[in-house]
Amino acid sequence: MEMVLDILSWIFLLAGGAFCLIGGLGLLRMPDVYTRLHAVSVIETLGMGCIILGLVLQAGFTLVAAKLIIIAALILLTAPVATHALAQAALHAGILPKLDHDKTGGHIAGEDEPSNS
Amino acid sequence: MLIGAFCSFGVAALASRMELLDKEGHPIYLLGRALWYWPWLIWEIIKAGIDVSKIILSPKMPISPTLINVRSSQKSAVGIVTYANSITLTPGTVSVELEGDEITVHAITRAGADDLAEGHMDRVVSRFEGGGAT
Repeated sequence: MEMVLDILSWIFLLAGGAFCLIGGLGLLRMPDVYTRLHAVSVIETLGMGCIILGLVLQAGFTLVAAKLIIIAALILLTAPVATHALAQAALHAGILPKLDHDKTGGHIAGEDEPSNS
Repeated sequence: MLIGAFCSFGVAALASRMELLDKEGHPIYLLGRALWYWPWLIWEIIKAGIDVSKIILSPKMPISPTLINVRSSQKSAVGIVTYANSITLTPGTVSVELEGDEITVHAITRAGADDLAEGHMDRVVSRFEGGGAT
């Protein structure tokens, strides 16, 4: 039983590490701010989730596990707010995304005029 | 411990007497439905995360960044924020701008934007928000 838990937890820890690595690689490879945000969101969801799940399996049924789960919930609630703030700030700063398809017709939510900046 | 419990109860009572609490302070009525919404969202995150990881790892990097406006059909602020946060939390889509019931979303692939425009996530969040209660 101990053995199975150890193996499972190491699978999750390694998978989490791999996702963090992939996110970092994506951060370097992506062309602009917005696509880089997508790469990073792999880290903050799958990378974080796998690592914390692995750590919970290591901790067992203890107070430490409960704290880890609370940390995971906190990150899952706050990370999208930070990501959204970053994307919105970039847009307001006038950084336009490099697009293949623009389906908005130049209209960004909350603007009356079609943006032409 | 008794004093602590007494104090927190007292503060809560005073705060509600002074009407400091607003309606959306802690949407506790959503907890029951969150039990099936969260697992669904986590499953979506896993699928999308693996998709994005494949895109990053493939040598050609087949991205086709797309900007799209989606309408949210939620009625309350909590529902719209849940929808926008779920979009952002899912790898591959980020909500860039939010105004009223309109959300501007940046997606890393065209397929991701089309999936979102199809509105499955919108319906699930609406069901999460409204349930059958109202």
